[in-house]
Amino acid sequence: MRFGVLRFPGSCDEVDATLAAGRVGETELIWHRDRDLKGVDAVIVPGGFSYGDYLRAGAIARFSPAMESVISFAAEGGLVLGICNGFQVLCEARLLPGALLPNLNRRFTFRQMQLEVVNSRTSFTRACTASQPSLSIPAKHSWGRWYAPAKSVEQLAGNGQIVLRYKPGQSFNGSTAEVAGVSNAAGNVFGMMPHPEHAVDPLMGSSDGLAIFESMRLTVEARRG
Amino acid sequence: MADSQQTLPGLQDALALGLTESEYELVCEKQGGPPNVVELAMYSLLWSEHCAYKHSKKLLRTLPTQGSRLVMGPGENAGAVDIGDGLVCAFKVESHNHPSAVEPFQGAATGVGGILRDIFAIGARPIAVLDSLRFGEPLAVVGDAEASSGSSSQDDASAQARRARYLLDGAVAGIAHYGNSVGVPTIGGEVYFEGPYGQSCLVNAMALGIAPRERLMSSAAVGVGNTIVLFGASTGRDGIGGASVLASAELGQDDGGKRPTVQVGDPFEGKKLLECSLELVECGLLATLQDLGAAGLTSSAAEMAAKGGLGVDLDVARVPLREADMEPFEIMVSESQERMLCVVTPDKVEQVLEVCARWEVGGAAIGEVTGTGKVRVLDGERVIGEMPVAALVDDCPLYDLQPQRPQAQIYPAPAATLDALVSQGAGAGSGGAQPRGSGSPNPAEILLALLRSPNIASRRPLFEHYDPVVQSRTVRRPQTADAAVLAIHPLTARDSQETLRGIAVSIDCNGRRVAADPRQGTIAAVLECAANLACVGAEPLGLTDNLNFGNPEKPHIAWQLQESVAGLREACLALDVPVVGGNVSLYNESASSGPIYPTPVIGMVGELPDVARAGRLGFQRAGDAIALVGNFAPSPAASELAKLCGEQLPQELPAIDLDGAVATIVALREAVRQGGLASAHDLAEGGLAVALAECCLAGGLGAQLRVPAEFLDEEGGVAALFGEGPACFLVSGEQAALRRLGERIELTLLGEVGGEDLVIEAQPTALRLSLAELEQAHGALAELFA
Repeated sequence: MRFGVLRFPGSCDEVDATLAAGRVGETELIWHRDRDLKGVDAVIVPGGFSYGDYLRAGAIARFSPAMESVISFAAEGGLVLGICNGFQVLCEARLLPGALLPNLNRRFTFRQMQLEVVNSRTSFTRACTASQPSLSIPAKHSWGRWYAPAKSVEQLAGNGQIVLRYKPGQSFNGSTAEVAGVSNAAGNVFGMMPHPEHAVDPLMGSSDGLAIFESMRLTVEARRG
Repeated sequence: MADSQQTLPGLQDALALGLTESEYELVCEKQGGPPNVVELAMYSLLWSEHCAYKHSKKLLRTLPTQGSRLVMGPGENAGAVDIGDGLVCAFKVESHNHPSAVEPFQGAATGVGGILRDIFAIGARPIAVLDSLRFGEPLAVVGDAEASSGSSSQDDASAQARRARYLLDGAVAGIAHYGNSVGVPTIGGEVYFEGPYGQSCLVNAMALGIAPRERLMSSAAVGVGNTIVLFGASTGRDGIGGASVLASAELGQDDGGKRPTVQVGDPFEGKKLLECSLELVECGLLATLQDLGAAGLTSSAAEMAAKGGLGVDLDVARVPLREADMEPFEIMVSESQERMLCVVTPDKVEQVLEVCARWEVGGAAIGEVTGTGKVRVLDGERVIGEMPVAALVDDCPLYDLQPQRPQAQIYPAPAATLDALVSQGAGAGSGGAQPRGSGSPNPAEILLALLRSPNIASRRPLFEHYDPVVQSRTVRRPQTADAAVLAIHPLTARDSQETLRGIAVSIDCNGRRVAADPRQGTIAAVLECAANLACVGAEPLGLTDNLNFGNPEKPHIAWQLQESVAGLREACLALDVPVVGGNVSLYNESASSGPIYPTPVIGMVGELPDVARAGRLGFQRAGDAIALVGNFAPSPAASELAKLCGEQLPQELPAIDLDGAVATIVALREAVRQGGLASAHDLAEGGLAVALAECCLAGGLGAQLRVPAEFLDEEGGVAALFGEGPACFLVSGEQAALRRLGERIELTLLGEVGGEDLVIEAQPTALRLSLAELEQAHGALAELFA
């Protein structure tokens, strides 16, 4: 199992994502100008401030050569995980529903969040067991308020695309319906604002994020049969 | 003599640029005639207080700078200590006070950007940022009498509070903006609010980095004929005269007009520059690396030449510009951010520029290393400035201080705010708050007032704006332990037997104590850092200092500076910790609020053998015993409670038993390392009661304690509960472990962890407060960011 982690100028958590994914598989950094995804089994679009994010978070990265390849990769059913800025990039690229707006508190905020796993049958959450109904994972962002019109939220929920929610009273960003992570209709692209790569070791205070990477490994291996 | 196109500037121009008459005469002597515009601009910057340390250099030479683990001492962009495995930890603190007072967001942001460049200039990857901030009083809390009369002191308090909030808000946002965007965690810091910082705020930023020892870069120019490459952002008009105009004079009325002298930071450019610089270093493409900070190209090039004992030729026509019509002197003194200067052998220039292009970072060969011993500035073929390197860098006159101890305390007594803080609590209607009695407040009311006071209230509303976890090293985040702890290597999968070594860092200085007694107060600041490190089990390796003082030409400020440096020296020797580098910021005073409290900010770095055993501040288990460790001799002098009561600062503090304090710190560190303690926290502002409340809140557990009779005086427990003193700790753990520690060091059992309340008996008084009441009071600063 090999993960490809994109690296844009301004990415910050690409090494962290590589280290976390490296606990369950092999990893490869992919430079933003490379169209070649080097045959990886899954792609991670990491956190940070791609190209400075001075225009709108993710708005420029979405047009990078590497992202063009990721869009094709996703269209063919490849697994794509977007974390924080990566989630923003995937929304900008229309690979995921909704949009990410500035936090309601209008500040960059760091907080350890308790997340409810709404759907544990997805390619990204299948390793979340019933004995672990919530995940403790930190969030850190200034544009994390996921928004979609009420009607489509209903539809997404019906499809099982609302995968993670902030536990009540936790969220500082004002996301619609407390949404922390959503998938596309096909279930092979998933974005989340909290950072699972920063919760993969007891010394970090939580290893709950490991389940996301482990789920991706299980999915890829199941596909191989 | 270089030709100049304009008439030569004269003495009046020199004075306007901050030189004195005798300094100008000395410049003329060194130049063999009056300097031209370019030369005068360069001398005025390099001979400024900020660059030349002309009032502090002699004192700084008295500090101990040797240590068994020292790899790089003062003089380079940052100091460095050996941390094993062939790695070094580089670190430094630097101030950006004056720019932040004029424009807090950019001032703080570029302060962070600047200190990060210092770290990667020596080839180290920045792994952490901490900050030390000082502002005026943020809450317009005044005594009842003043409030009801609507007096002018209330107006002053409101104006000060508005300014403090504006500066705090901007500085925190600026630090977050830069630090978060470049992917370096902000893992700690401190903030104090005191009247004397009302006009002159302090923004000090510290950064740490890690590098393989053999990859450390020097800023000394090497190799006559080598090429000088400027890379990073293009050069604009921002920050012209920052070092001389802003940083080396008192602030006044029309500081808004100085806004153009403040630099503007671009963290995205900074992030690319960081990665690009480290790749150049890793590929072995550079002979010399130096960042551009205060005084821009002028200071970088001149210092590079001076350290290498060589000369440099620079061609301003080859410097990439933001604005086409810049004057040569502007190019030489611009403080545009995110720029680096390097020396490259001619055969590697092309490769260097290729790496720059890959990171989308500008790069241009702008000059070469010469054997002339001169800095020559060219505009194409024409020489437009020529100065001996030694004259520029080494010959600035150094001044002797004229210290004189003041007859009386020079700072006004603070406003008495205790009653107002107490009634605030009563008004808040917290469920179980005790009814406000008549007469003086009871211990429970005092504790809540202290927890609510700006210097003690939880810093969470500030820390929440910073990313403390990026880079996957952080083991202790802010407010989980007395010092931040990082694993030396990023955390990866490992077998359960493997221990991970770590480094710990703390930054501290209680300026009020230094104002009361510059020598003892500075010793206390150093001990506080060492105590914080001990609480996580770390042994100090080195420290960096930022001496923030008022105008050193005034005898009482000179005395503070001299006494403080003497105290720093004493404490370093007692702890056997070298000063690896630092910064001096003088002239922090204004006509309206006078000099700041003398504030020698100390940043201390230590190591620990096993991060899994790093100590925690919060109580961990109900049933654990709680004990006090060290020589418990709390004094109300210059304490937080004394401040809230509006007491005038004393003129000296009780002498500190340095050897005893060091012995306590060492014993505590060993106990934490052995893993027998569940929590360890040092007593600081607010004394024993506040420390207990902090341990309860951090652990979410109550505690029941009894203060032994020998600690109580005839006035009851107030001094014991709220008095302050150095090197005293609160620990919890199994009773057997505490008893073992008690065999080596003074230890007093106080009580037990458990329940939902903090209950302290100090005959004849007692207090009982629920965790919810403590939490509510401790959260008082949240409103500053609402």
